[in-house]
Amino acid sequence: MSTIMEWIDKRLPVTELIKSQATEYPTPKNLNYWWNFGSLALTVLIIMIATGLFLAMHYKPDATLAFKSVEHIMRDVNFGWLLRYMHANGATFFFIFVYIHILRGMYYGSYRAPREILWWIGIVIFFMLMGTAFMGYVLPWGQMSYWGAAVITNLMSAIPVVGSDLVTWIWGGFSVADPTLNRFFVLHFLLPLLVFGVVFVHLWALHAVHSNNPVGIDAHDDKDNLPFHPYYTIKDLYGVGVFLIFYCYFVFFAPNAFLEADNYIPANPMQTPAHIVPEWYFLPFYAILRSIDFLGSFSKLAGVVAMVLSIAILFILPFLDRSPVRSFRYRPLSKQLFWIFVANAFVLGWVGYNPPDASLFHGAIPLILIGRTSTAIYFGYFVILWLVTALDIEKPRPVPKCL
Amino acid sequence: MAIEVEENRRDFLILATSAFGVAGVAAAAWPFIRSWSPSADVLAQATSEVDISPLQPGQMITVPWQGKPVFVLRRTPEMIASAQKGDSESLPDPAKDADRVKRPELLVLLAVCTHLGCVPQPIGTGDYGGFLCPCHGSHYDTSGRIRKGPAPRNLEVPHYDFKDANTLVIGKALA
Repeated sequence: MSTIMEWIDKRLPVTELIKSQATEYPTPKNLNYWWNFGSLALTVLIIMIATGLFLAMHYKPDATLAFKSVEHIMRDVNFGWLLRYMHANGATFFFIFVYIHILRGMYYGSYRAPREILWWIGIVIFFMLMGTAFMGYVLPWGQMSYWGAAVITNLMSAIPVVGSDLVTWIWGGFSVADPTLNRFFVLHFLLPLLVFGVVFVHLWALHAVHSNNPVGIDAHDDKDNLPFHPYYTIKDLYGVGVFLIFYCYFVFFAPNAFLEADNYIPANPMQTPAHIVPEWYFLPFYAILRSIDFLGSFSKLAGVVAMVLSIAILFILPFLDRSPVRSFRYRPLSKQLFWIFVANAFVLGWVGYNPPDASLFHGAIPLILIGRTSTAIYFGYFVILWLVTALDIEKPRPVPKCL
Repeated sequence: MAIEVEENRRDFLILATSAFGVAGVAAAAWPFIRSWSPSADVLAQATSEVDISPLQPGQMITVPWQGKPVFVLRRTPEMIASAQKGDSESLPDPAKDADRVKRPELLVLLAVCTHLGCVPQPIGTGDYGGFLCPCHGSHYDTSGRIRKGPAPRNLEVPHYDFKDANTLVIGKALA
């Protein structure tokens, strides 16, 4: 065995790579459970690629056959129902994990120097995931698939001058139709493989600067670090076990909990369902899009810009936060702002889920007002965090000298 | 001196090679980009013919044109009056009702909301007696003009003509 490994290592230093990047890779000793969600997201990515690959062997990306082929997978293909429910519910868990992973980075200041590039690659992955999830949802070609695709592609028509030509180009016609479905299938197949590649760039960037930790100071000597194996391999595996319990509950006992009933009606380009909602993981951004409705003919463009900015603003977060301390654990004001931001995201999601003209208390408070306020709070977080830290308003508590 | 000349020469060669490469890649990308545009068979579906003789006043039908729904409504005198009354009100996208119809009783509209492309609901669902888009709450009047909600423009009136008294032709045949 060892002679074979020696022979290989001389030609391709596998053992050295595994030692330095995995088994003996130094990891801060104080990571808490919020640090499990990166490996959990990777686990789901692997589940999604595996189930997706096998679903693609039975699915037909054709406007006349797509809906039927999904029902064929559900009824006729051996374990087709399992593959599809794993895939559909996998998307939900993927976004839960990615959101927690992003929020963990925001709370413990993982975006701060020297981890800016690591953070940016993560945002790029998030954008790619949103695109992949959107196009995947179109494939069953139900009513929600179709009208979700119509609404989201129409966002592009808000772009001045080239907008409507761009939409025609994306559709490959004058409406969402067969050419659109076919190319979305190809892209939905391609993008996750690209995501898989970019995840390794993300890991490369991580291993160059090493993990942040809850205290937010640099880990210095061997006293601060533990070898990744067995300390974090076992902790990550434990997380995977907990995840699988919840995942299996949904896959086997509530597989349609996150799906819309209307998507079991075949796509009908002549009729929009009375109430269309995006998948739950897009709801907060959908609420931001709808909240900008007070600018007359600029509303549409402004709504789209606000929606894109709501994520793109994360790119400049490393420069907005000017505090000398990374972790919010020692930053009383930032900590409060953070939890307002999180609670507000749920409010936005709730607004996005409801019809646009809904209201609270029999018309006393139109939802649109709540949506606008929440949108202001969402962006306000970034502005106030910047002001509080740039003007030294926040007095951080003392930070420990070592982990 | 000789080295400097040599360096200038090398800079020029690198620049020229890069520029040529970029131009080449851009030119080669064009067929790939163009392959996403509507294909010949999609472009061929340019017109739809509709028999409008069975339409009673107040009745509306939805017909497909280029894969998109088109509303054809035979308006009642009240609807026409309400649309013409709207001419003098302040409109987000001002247009006279008379400019949006070829025959006052027949309203032809592309049933694609100018906000984000949903299909509005039939006549009588919205405020102003017109069409309500369920997705984001845009209200269009009996002339298909935007009156309330996030949509930026009036519902589009597609190009149409009458082949004879009872046959409506939507769209324009491509040469």
